[in-house]
Amino acid sequence: MELFDFQVITGSLPEFWRGLLMTLQLTGIALLCGFAGAVPLAVARVSKNRWVSGPVAAYTYFFRGTPMLVQLLLIYYGAGQWQWMQAAWEAGNPVWLLFREPFFCALLAFGLNTCAYTIEIIAGAMRNTPHGEVEAAKAMGMSRFKALQRIVLPSALRRMLPSYSNEVILMLQGSAIASAVTLVDITGAARNVYSRHFAPFEAFVFAGLVYLVLTFLLVGMFKYAEGRWLAHLAPRKATKRKEAA
Amino acid sequence: MNHAATFDRISVGDPHNSIGLHEAPQDALNDVRSAVTQGTAMNHNANVEQVRVEDLHKSYGDNEVLKGVSLSANSGDVISIIGSSGSGKSTWLRCINFLENPTSGRVVVGGKEVGLTRNRKGDLVVADPKQLQLIRTRLSMVFQHFNLWSHMTVLENVIEAPIHVLGLPKAEALERAERYLERVGVWKFRDAYPAHMSGGQQQRVAIARALAMEPSVLLFDEPTSALDPELVGEVLKVMRSLAEEGRTMLVVTHEMGFAREVSNHVIFVHRGRVEEQGNPKEVLVRPQSERLQQFLSGNLK
Amino acid sequence: MDALIEYSPSLLGGAWVTLKVALLSLVLAVASGLLGAACKLSNLLPLRLWTMLYTTIVRGVPDLVMMLLVFYGGQLLLNEVIDYFEWEFIEINPFVAGVLTIGFIFGAYFTETFRGAFLSVSAGQLEAGRAYGMTSWQVFLRIMFPQMLRYALPGIGNNWLVLLKSTAIVSMIGLSDMTSLADQAGRSTHQPFTFYLAVCVLYLAMTAVSGWFLGRLTTRYNVGVREANV
Repeated sequence: MELFDFQVITGSLPEFWRGLLMTLQLTGIALLCGFAGAVPLAVARVSKNRWVSGPVAAYTYFFRGTPMLVQLLLIYYGAGQWQWMQAAWEAGNPVWLLFREPFFCALLAFGLNTCAYTIEIIAGAMRNTPHGEVEAAKAMGMSRFKALQRIVLPSALRRMLPSYSNEVILMLQGSAIASAVTLVDITGAARNVYSRHFAPFEAFVFAGLVYLVLTFLLVGMFKYAEGRWLAHLAPRKATKRKEAA
Repeated sequence: MNHAATFDRISVGDPHNSIGLHEAPQDALNDVRSAVTQGTAMNHNANVEQVRVEDLHKSYGDNEVLKGVSLSANSGDVISIIGSSGSGKSTWLRCINFLENPTSGRVVVGGKEVGLTRNRKGDLVVADPKQLQLIRTRLSMVFQHFNLWSHMTVLENVIEAPIHVLGLPKAEALERAERYLERVGVWKFRDAYPAHMSGGQQQRVAIARALAMEPSVLLFDEPTSALDPELVGEVLKVMRSLAEEGRTMLVVTHEMGFAREVSNHVIFVHRGRVEEQGNPKEVLVRPQSERLQQFLSGNLK
Repeated sequence: MDALIEYSPSLLGGAWVTLKVALLSLVLAVASGLLGAACKLSNLLPLRLWTMLYTTIVRGVPDLVMMLLVFYGGQLLLNEVIDYFEWEFIEINPFVAGVLTIGFIFGAYFTETFRGAFLSVSAGQLEAGRAYGMTSWQVFLRIMFPQMLRYALPGIGNNWLVLLKSTAIVSMIGLSDMTSLADQAGRSTHQPFTFYLAVCVLYLAMTAVSGWFLGRLTTRYNVGVREANV
C-alpha cells in the first residue's frame, strides 16, 4: 500500500478550496470584529475606575483562561438549554435563531476569544506608553480624551503589532476547531477526505501545508506592516519622505 | 488690584517698582525686545504681567518640598531658577502649569487667577478643565527628556497640538511649523522620527513644538540636563536667541553661564524656599547667603 | 444543579484525565525543549536546520491537524512497522496520540524558552566556573543549568498555562477528557450549558492553582536576585 497518493489530493482540491474560503471567512471576520471591540474595551481596561475596568478584566480572564473549543461548544450546544431561547426559536426570532447556525456560533466564539486577547495586548501597550509623552500631551493643553485619541492609542496600536501578529496566527490555527460544530473549514475538509479515502497522510499533511502557507503569508504581511508603522522604533536608517500636505 | 504688595520680592519690570531695581538700559532693552517680537498671535507688550505665583506650597505626604515660593514674570522677563537637585525647583515649575498639583497657593496667568479646588488627596487642582487646558496652551513647557511623541515625525510633533488643541487649519499649522523648525535649525529633519536624532536635535524640536503654540510664557525644565556635554551648546544658543527676541521664559537650569548672561532675574531655591534672588550680575557675582556661596563654589566656573 | 451533582464524579474523572494528558505532555515537551535548545545552540548546521524546521512546522500547523495526523496516520505507519517486524498489534490510542502531539508542539515553544534562558546566563559566570577548575560538565550542571532554570521559569509557566488549555482538543479524537465527558453529560441531561460552564470553571481552577504554585516557585528561584523597581 502506498503511503502517499497524490490523486487523493488532486481529486479533493475543490473541497479543500471551499474549506480554505471557510477558514478565511471565519478568522477574517472574527479578527475584524474582535479588534473593533478590543480598542474601546482596552481603554476601559486601563481605566482607574474599578467599576469600568473590573467587568472587562473579568471578561478577559474568563476567555483567556478557558479553551476556545469549550467556549465554542458552550455557545453552540449550550444555547439550546434555555427555555426562553427555545421559545424564541419557535417564535422565529431572527436574532436568537442565529444561535442555531454553526457559522454564527463559531464567529461569536472566535470573535469573543480574540477580542479578549487583543484587549490585553492593547492595554499592555497602552500601559507601556512612555510617561513623558503623555505628560507632554497634557502640557500642550490636550484633554485626557484628546491625549488618548491622538497620542496614547496611536502609539500603542503601533507598538502592539508584533504581539498582535502572534495573536492573528494563533487565531488562524485555532479556527481549526470549527469542524467540531459541523463546519467544513480546511481541517473539516481534511477530515472528510480522510474518512472517504482512509488516507490520513494525504489529507492532514496537505491541510497542514495549506495552513503553513497561510501562516507564511501572514508573517510576511505583518513584517511589511511593522516596517511601515514601526519605523520610528527601528534602529536609525534612512527614513522615507512623506508628503507634508 | 495691588499685587506687588503680596510678594516676597519686587518683580522685575513691574511698572510699580521698576525704578531703583534695575538700570534704565534694561528697561530700554525690554522695549526693544517687544518691538522685535514678530509674527506671534499675541503681542508681548513690555511690562505686562504674564504669570504670577504666590505663596506656593507642595507636600508629598509629610514631606514639604515647596514652603511658600512666589514669583512674577512680565513680558520679556527671563527668570532662571537655580538650586541643587532636590531643592524643589522643578516641582515649582511643574506646579505652574499644574503637571503637579500644589498643596496651597495662587497662580495667575495672563492677569486671570486660576480657579482652584481641592481634590480627594487634598491637593489643589484646576476647577475647570477648560481653563486648565487654556493655561497650558499659554504656558508651553520644554522638558528635560524632550518627551517628543515617538510615533510621529518631527513635523507631525510640531503641528499636532496647534491643529488638535488650538484648532488651527492644517495649512497654518504647517506654516508655523516651518517657521519655528527653521528658527531652531532642524527644518531639514522634518520627516525624521525623534529616535533617529541626537539629543540636542530632539530638544530643539521640542522647543519648536513649544513655540508653535505661540505661548505667552515658555517653561524650561532643565532643558540641557539630559544632554551629552557637547550638545548642550546648540540648545543654549537657541534659548539665548529666544531670550534676545523678547520671549518670556522661566528656566529651571544648572547652567550658571546661561543664568548669569541671559536671564534678567535669578532665583536661588534651597530646600523649598527662595534663599536669594535678584539681578544675576549681582546675585551670582556677590552672593549674600552662605548657601548660595556654597552652591556657586561647587558650580561656577 | 442536581444533574451537575449526579455527574460530578464522572466530570472530575475527566478532569483527572485532562490533568494526566497535560502533565505527561509537559514532561515530553520539556525534554524535547531542552534537546531542541541544545540543537539550536549547537555549532552543527544540520542540527540547527532541523530545529528550525521543527519550530516552523509547529508555528504554522494547527495542533488539531497535527493531532489528527498522529492519531490516524500514526496508526497506519505503526501497522506497517509491525507488519515488517511481525510484532503483535499495537494500538495508538487517543491518550498516547494526544500526549505525543501536545508534547511535540510545546517542545517547540520550550525550545525557544530554554534557548533564550541559556543565552541569558552571563558568560562571565561560566568563565569563573572554568577558572576554578570545573569540568565543562560541572559548569553546565552546577552553574549554567540552575541559573537557566530561573530565567526560563516565567516562560515555562506561560507555556504550561497555554498547554493546559490546548488539551481540550483531545476530546476531538475521542479521548474521555473532561470536555468530552461534559458533552456526554450535557446530551443525556439536556443541560449542555451547565456542563460546559462547569468545564470552564474547572479549567479556571486549574489555572489558578498553577498560578499560585508558579508564584511560589518563582520566589524560591529568585533568591539572590534583585528585581528592577519599575
